[in-house]
Amino acid sequence: MAQLFTFPRSLKSNLFHYCPGCHHSIIHRILCEVIDELGIRERTVGIASIGCACFLYFYIDVDIVEAPHGRSCSTATGIKRARPDLVVFTYQGDGDFSAIGLGDSLHSASRGEKITAIMINNTVYGMTGGQVSPTTLLNQKTTTTPEGRRPDRDGYPLKVAEILAGFEGVAFCARTAVNTPKRVLESKRILRRAFEVQLEERGFSYVEFLSACPVNWKMDPIKANWHVNTLTEVFPLGILKG
Amino acid sequence: MEKEIRYEIILSGFGGQGILFAGNLLALCGMYQGFNVSFLPVYGPEMRGGTCHCTVIISQREIASPLVREPGYLIILNLPSFLKFIPRLKSGGLALVNSDLVRIEDISEYEALSVGKRVVSLPLNTLAEKAGASMAVNLCALGAFNGLLELFSEDTFKEALKEFLGKEKAHLFEVNLRAYEMGYRAVRELHSG
Amino acid sequence: MSGQRVLVKGVEAIALGALEGGCECYFGYPITPQNEIPEIMSVELPKRGGVFLQAESETSAINMVLGASAVGARVMTSSSSPGISLMSEGFSYLIALELPCVIVNVMRGGPGLGGIEVSQGDYFQAVKAPGHGDGKFLVFAPYSCEEAYELTAKAFELADLYRNPVLILSDAILGQMKEPLTLEPLNIRKIPKDDWALTGAKGRPSRVIKSLFLDSAELAERNLRLKRKYQEMEREIRFEWIGEGSERVIAVAFGSMARITKEAVLWLRKMGYDVGFFRPITLFPFPKRVLREIAEKGNPKVFLVFELNLGQMIEDVVISLSGLGKAISIPYPPSVLPFPEDIEKEILKWLNFSPFQGA
Repeated sequence: MAQLFTFPRSLKSNLFHYCPGCHHSIIHRILCEVIDELGIRERTVGIASIGCACFLYFYIDVDIVEAPHGRSCSTATGIKRARPDLVVFTYQGDGDFSAIGLGDSLHSASRGEKITAIMINNTVYGMTGGQVSPTTLLNQKTTTTPEGRRPDRDGYPLKVAEILAGFEGVAFCARTAVNTPKRVLESKRILRRAFEVQLEERGFSYVEFLSACPVNWKMDPIKANWHVNTLTEVFPLGILKG
Repeated sequence: MEKEIRYEIILSGFGGQGILFAGNLLALCGMYQGFNVSFLPVYGPEMRGGTCHCTVIISQREIASPLVREPGYLIILNLPSFLKFIPRLKSGGLALVNSDLVRIEDISEYEALSVGKRVVSLPLNTLAEKAGASMAVNLCALGAFNGLLELFSEDTFKEALKEFLGKEKAHLFEVNLRAYEMGYRAVRELHSG
Repeated sequence: MSGQRVLVKGVEAIALGALEGGCECYFGYPITPQNEIPEIMSVELPKRGGVFLQAESETSAINMVLGASAVGARVMTSSSSPGISLMSEGFSYLIALELPCVIVNVMRGGPGLGGIEVSQGDYFQAVKAPGHGDGKFLVFAPYSCEEAYELTAKAFELADLYRNPVLILSDAILGQMKEPLTLEPLNIRKIPKDDWALTGAKGRPSRVIKSLFLDSAELAERNLRLKRKYQEMEREIRFEWIGEGSERVIAVAFGSMARITKEAVLWLRKMGYDVGFFRPITLFPFPKRVLREIAEKGNPKVFLVFELNLGQMIEDVVISLSGLGKAISIPYPPSVLPFPEDIEKEILKWLNFSPFQGA
């Protein structure tokens, strides 16, 4: 009898520490499935960033190094340049990738570093308690925009995928979400494609996940899950390049 | 007791006269002649216009300080350099001066500045032009300086120049050598005359 | 190239030393006065199968160093004072992650943008707090091209041995002056990294290199382990000492200031004056015990600490002496470069004056 479903080899059996309704755990799982299916677990190095996913190494059973806040793409560059045979991915939040680390992220992309960058975009700083982020929606309330994000004071949501898609060094660029089963399956195909692009040595590959943060959105998990659809109005899903 | 060989030299001119080139080459010649050497450029804002100078030490023993307050020797290619460094020249020290750009008659306090110091004036620009190497005033100065001191042999100079120019600038070897020889001969003639 | 005598700048000697030390990767960002280092590495490393990359900033450069080090490469960066400040977060991580690398600081005047003139203003930053937390570098202060070549090469071996960054603290004068250098092979050892480097979890459990320890006992233990490592580094202490121990005045200096000071001391000793010279070559760990032993010998002593800053190493000298003798700071701010004659005058002043006799 064919086995249709199993626990991914690359996923550790530790219980997730993430809040109820958070999408990190789903994304961790599909990342592990992709690593398994491509057979790259034994030559993959991941970069754990600063944010809710800084404990990446509790869950993902590959070699992992921690990078300072925002510097994951630079650390990944150092790894890939020194040891091109390794498969290298970063796993960053929107604050890490697009606020403090935007310079590192854009230049790594522009150089066409053969790495895979994953940005979890939940529009807030989750770990520090829900402050405004570059990707916070207009009028969205956060702990540092208690009356909602106002463009005249706080600027506009930063559309990272749209910026990266215009870079010559970027070989693959997509935005996806995991708030429906169909989207989970689609996300996995997209993530797999991003790693394949790295294996084909074609350039920088980028996948942005729209992700729910029920605690900081002050919503219950189900409402937060469906609220991701609202995010897609500002951050449309799809493969932007590749 | 034999006198210990030690030359402390400041070379100075304006940017573009090849002061650093000459100083560097002088140090290289000293090294090839078997001495300890140091070459300290003054870099930074002075590189862009204004005066440019460097310090070269050629010594039998280990060189500790690369800096010298009162050098025994000066190679002076323009007037501001003369005014700046002649007061620092050791008593009894020797200055080789480019008379094309440092006209003694224009310096009102010349006597006071140069008392107790030896000044050898040579029209280095004119000599370089005569050698068909108007851009190599620096090399002309180096030739004249070595003509005065006989620090290193001509073979050493050629070896150092070749090494210093490298492959990329090898075509400049002849013109630089001509300027050097012109300066060297001019000093020898001055001495014999 | 072996055994060849070349006339090189201090920064060139550092680059040649790095190549001799087996450097595989260089990441950096341009800043005066050390640009010859990346320029040489950009030519020489690719020839040897190595990696050169000019980063978009010092912050990204130091984190590229972090990545390359984590996967086991011999890696370096170089910069000058303001750039070093930008890297300091990365330094703290490298120390905490126990990742080896070689860092070169060719110091210039500060604070702020300061200038490009010679200064030793980064002494504290180098030896006391390269980054946040209780981390330390092994710090070498070469004072000649020969030393810059040898110590930079050795730095790669020691970084691997202690799994800790090693800093080469140079300055604008040492970096830009030229001296002869004999390119001798130095037999730098390779230190195996199989037991920790991230090479992919093949045939072994996956590895994590991290510095986050939310469990307080774990964090305390990590700090104590680092401390033990710093104590072990005392084996690497190097210094230069000229004297018999009977001298009443000892001049203390490092780097380019030591060149100028040594000239003055050698001259005064030749003239029969009672003066010694002490030059720390490792700034961390500081050669405290040796200095204390010198202080214990013969007459009570005055230690004159000459520095191209407002007085930083003086504090380590005071700690070393722990009450024996007297330590006097002779500071020179950036751009005020003394000549040997100035140092002679200072020393003579103290030779003629004994602070240990009653008024």
